[in-house]
This record gives sequence, C-alpha cells and structure tokens, in this order.
Amino acid sequence: MTLFDLRLQEVHNRLHEKELSVTDLVDEAFKVIGKREEQVKAYLTLDEEGARAQAAKLDDKLMSGEARGLLFGLPAGIKDNMITEGLRTTCASQFLKNYDPIYDATVITKLKAADTVTIGKLNMDEFAMGGSNENSSFYTTRNPWDLSRVPGGSSGGSAAAVAAGEAYFTLGSDTGGSIRQPASYCGVVGLKPTYGLVSRYGLVAFASSLDQIGPITKNVEDSAYVLQAIAGHDPKDSTSANVEIPDYVSALTGDVKGLRIAVPKEYLDGVDPKVKEAVMDALKVLEGLGAVWEEVSLPHTEYAVAAYYLLASSEASSNLSRFDGVRYGERANHAGSLMDLYLDSRSQGFGPEVKRRIMLGTYALSSGYYDAYYLKAQKVRTLIKRDFDQTFEKFDVIIGPTAPTTAFPLGSQVDDPLTMYLNDILTIPVSLAGVPAVSVPCGFADGLPVGLQIIGKAFDEGTVLRTAHAYEVHTEHHKRRPSL
Amino acid sequence: MSIQIKDVEHVAKLARLNLTDEEKETFTEQLNAILQYAEKLNELDTEGVAPTTHVLHLSNVMREDEVHESLPQEKVFRNAPEEEDGQFKVPAVLE
Repeated sequence: MTLFDLRLQEVHNRLHEKELSVTDLVDEAFKVIGKREEQVKAYLTLDEEGARAQAAKLDDKLMSGEARGLLFGLPAGIKDNMITEGLRTTCASQFLKNYDPIYDATVITKLKAADTVTIGKLNMDEFAMGGSNENSSFYTTRNPWDLSRVPGGSSGGSAAAVAAGEAYFTLGSDTGGSIRQPASYCGVVGLKPTYGLVSRYGLVAFASSLDQIGPITKNVEDSAYVLQAIAGHDPKDSTSANVEIPDYVSALTGDVKGLRIAVPKEYLDGVDPKVKEAVMDALKVLEGLGAVWEEVSLPHTEYAVAAYYLLASSEASSNLSRFDGVRYGERANHAGSLMDLYLDSRSQGFGPEVKRRIMLGTYALSSGYYDAYYLKAQKVRTLIKRDFDQTFEKFDVIIGPTAPTTAFPLGSQVDDPLTMYLNDILTIPVSLAGVPAVSVPCGFADGLPVGLQIIGKAFDEGTVLRTAHAYEVHTEHHKRRPSL
Repeated sequence: MSIQIKDVEHVAKLARLNLTDEEKETFTEQLNAILQYAEKLNELDTEGVAPTTHVLHLSNVMREDEVHESLPQEKVFRNAPEEEDGQFKVPAVLE
C-alpha cells in the first residue's frame, strides 16, 4: 500500500490532519517515477521544479487554513495533447517537439483552480492517432502489467502512469476509444464523458466532432471527483454543451436495484473467450445487486469502424492543415519556395500514421469521392446513433467488454493498420453516438487486465458512474497492482 | 475501386505532403486495404437517412464586440521558426 492507493477522501483527511503534506505526495510521485519510469516510459516531459513550487504554495494554503480546491494537492499527469502554458506540449510529434504554449487549456485552468499539482506530460500516439502508443515519435510506453506489451492508445502514457503509481490521476483524450481502451489494457478506470461535457479549448484537435477529454484514475470515486472538477460549459469552445452539472460524487449510492442493463450480442461475438467470461461474471455481480439484464442487438455495430476511420481521418486532414511550418513547430531548412516550405515541413514533421490518416481523409473529402465516403459515413453514423437511442428507450445502461482482447505484444500489429483499427471496434460506436462510457477493471486473463465497458445516455454520467461504483465496491480487481 | 500510385501522388499534393517512393507504395497498398474495408458501408441502404455531422445542436458563440489588449509580440513569436521586424518570415511567395 502506498499513498497513491488511498482514496481521494483518505488523502484529504490525512492532509487535513497534517499527517501528510502536498510536498509528501509530490515526493512520492517522483520517487515512484525515479524507480519505474525507465521501464514504463509513461512521461514525455517531467516538471519536477514546477511541481515542487506548486506543492510548496499548496502547503502554505494548507497551513493558513484557506479554502481548498476539490482535488487539493493531487499530483496529476496530463496527456501531451493538452496545452500547458510554459510546459512543453508535443502531441508526441516531431512537429511540436519544442512547442512552448502561451496559454492553458480550459481543463488545465480548471485543474489549477481545483488545486492539483501538474507533474508532467504523458506519452501518446502522435496527435492521438493510434491504438497502441507505438505511434509516438519519441518512444513507446510499456504496459506496467507486462513490459513486452502495449499499454493501449492513444492515451497509453496516461493509463500506464496511473497503473504504475506514477501519478495520482491523469487526463486522457478519447476520439474512438483512446481513454477506455488503454484503461482496459492497464487495469485502471477510464471515463469518456458525453461529447461536449468537458471543454476542448486547448486540446490539440484530431477529429473535432469526436474528441473528448476525460479522467483516468484507480477507482470510480476518484473519477467522479475529477469529472466534477473539469466538466462544465466553456464559452471559448463552440462545441461545449451548456448543461447543468450534477453532483457526480453523491450519485455513487451503491444502489443498482432495478437498473435495466442491455447487453449487445454484437459486443460478445468474436471477443476472446476469457474476456467474455470476465464480462459475464461482472453481469452476475450486478445481477446479485438487483440489476436486471437482457441481451439486445445494436445491428450497425459492424459498420462503426469503417465509418469512424473515414470521418475521423477527414476531420484530421482538415485540422492538421494548420501545421505549415510558418508560425510554430517544425520548419524545413533551405526551402526554396513557400510551397516547398509547407511540403518539406509537413513531410519531415509528421510520422507514418499521421500521414496515412491525412492521406485517407484528403482522399475521402476530395471531389468525386465525398458522397461515396464522407457523406455515406455520416449517414451510417446516424444509424449507429439510432441504435443507441432506441436501446436507451428501454434500458438505463449498455454493458459489454471495452476491448475484444487484452493488451497485445509490442510490434505485433504495427505494420497492419486495419487490424490495429479493429481493436477499437467496441469503443468506436460509443464515440460516434457521443454518449458517455467508462471502462472499469473486471478481471484478468492470463495475468492481463480485462475492462468492463458501461455506456450511458448522453449527459447521464451519474448513472454510468453509479453502476461502475456499485460493481467496483463488490469486487477486488481494481485493487490489484502490477509487480514492477 | 482501386487506388493507383498516381492517385496517391495526387492526394499527397492536395495534402501538402512529399512522399518517398517507398511511402507511395506502402500508402497505395494500405489505402486500398482500408478503402476496400470501407466499401462495407455500401451494404447499408442510407436512402433518406440524414447525415450526422455532429451529435450536439451547435450554435454560434458570439461575444460582445469589446476592445481587448492584443497578445504581446513576444508571446506571439515565442514559437516562431523565423521572424523579422514583427512578422513571420517565409520564403518569397513571388519570384
């Protein structure tokens, strides 16, 4: 048991009783990082000096008895696609390897207001494109449960850091499953909120209609606290929803009696038998608590991956057009003309997966192919969304596995993009529909964590978290730690 | 529909990317595989189905037209690869 195994409330009690200081928490974070980071490689940038200065400020606040923020003193790691003023933000790309932001993303402003301590920026697939973290242009993060395996992607650094105890909590971003899938592979809790609940201002855009920031934590209660701190309308983001934010923590009643659960048969077909077994066991636990479940069909599930890759790549090709070598980032030397400057800067700044998606998106949006690919995919998105809408008319949540398998070996899929894309088959439909979902640990298969995905109605994070919490308090899977 | 190297070259030009011969071959092969997989969408009849561009009902975000201080030049150019006399410097646009 380490300090990082304590629930947030326990940490706060100890801080309040002066049994612990924020500096102690930061010391512990860097002690664990010093011991494990060489193996795990979760961080791209560490800010020990900044973290210690912030800890000292918070300790003064603690001593003076000033009001404390919701996440007071907690050492947090941030996925490196969120803009942090004065702290290098690279998106794991050579294009931004020296980028020094001049402002904070809204989530960072909110975390600062909640009195967290940022300890560093976390590794990811370049520009959040990938499902294994192997597309980072710096190095690959490793899965703390088995260092020969991937941590998942694209928020692999964020999930691995929490699993390894190298941060109290982290923020990730999810476009097609990039919070939930690595959380599943690393045995931690990953929440993708409803699209629009958390501001995207200052998140480097990949696919703007899908991207969403969310917390990665060791338990569901902490996830509710972090969501509480970062959710809310932001006038700086035109896609931010103006909805009332409920009290997510008090929603964790432990009561799921009468909860109606839908289990899509498409989410169980073709998954690893051990993953399926863990999910069925989880359903038994919930059933034992008074929930009722029924098998349903989400008939358009099999079309989600194709629709997603056309839509996400199209949006990516548009969003990444801003990287031109003029105002910031990579610039090619000795370019003879402005066009050569664009061509050379982009060609040397972007890695293979980013180029592949820009190419796919540009093709799908180009004259003559727009209707056949992009428009068709948008219509299929409507059908997928309808599947969810219809299911939620009768059910409170939808439950299935987060990923079809456990974490796969490093390098095993790197040359086969299509197979890699199919790992996200169970998370992508949720992203296309814009609804919230959480991945919670629900067992182990051959020593590797399995994730249970709980999906809810739009803006009904309360029910999603309540279900996950009720399950978690009756099981022990989330308490297991990798032996590093 | 099959993609040829010349299509990849054309798309690369639109996307402002220079590709090596090896990249052209790899992308031709991979894009063909991905687009072939995407043909799966044609199994669905989407006649009369409205496209979903966005799951939220979006509206413009307007702010009051008030004068604010601009960002200081020092901040604006903090990440500039090259600047001169308060401007971003690029190669000549016209010969």
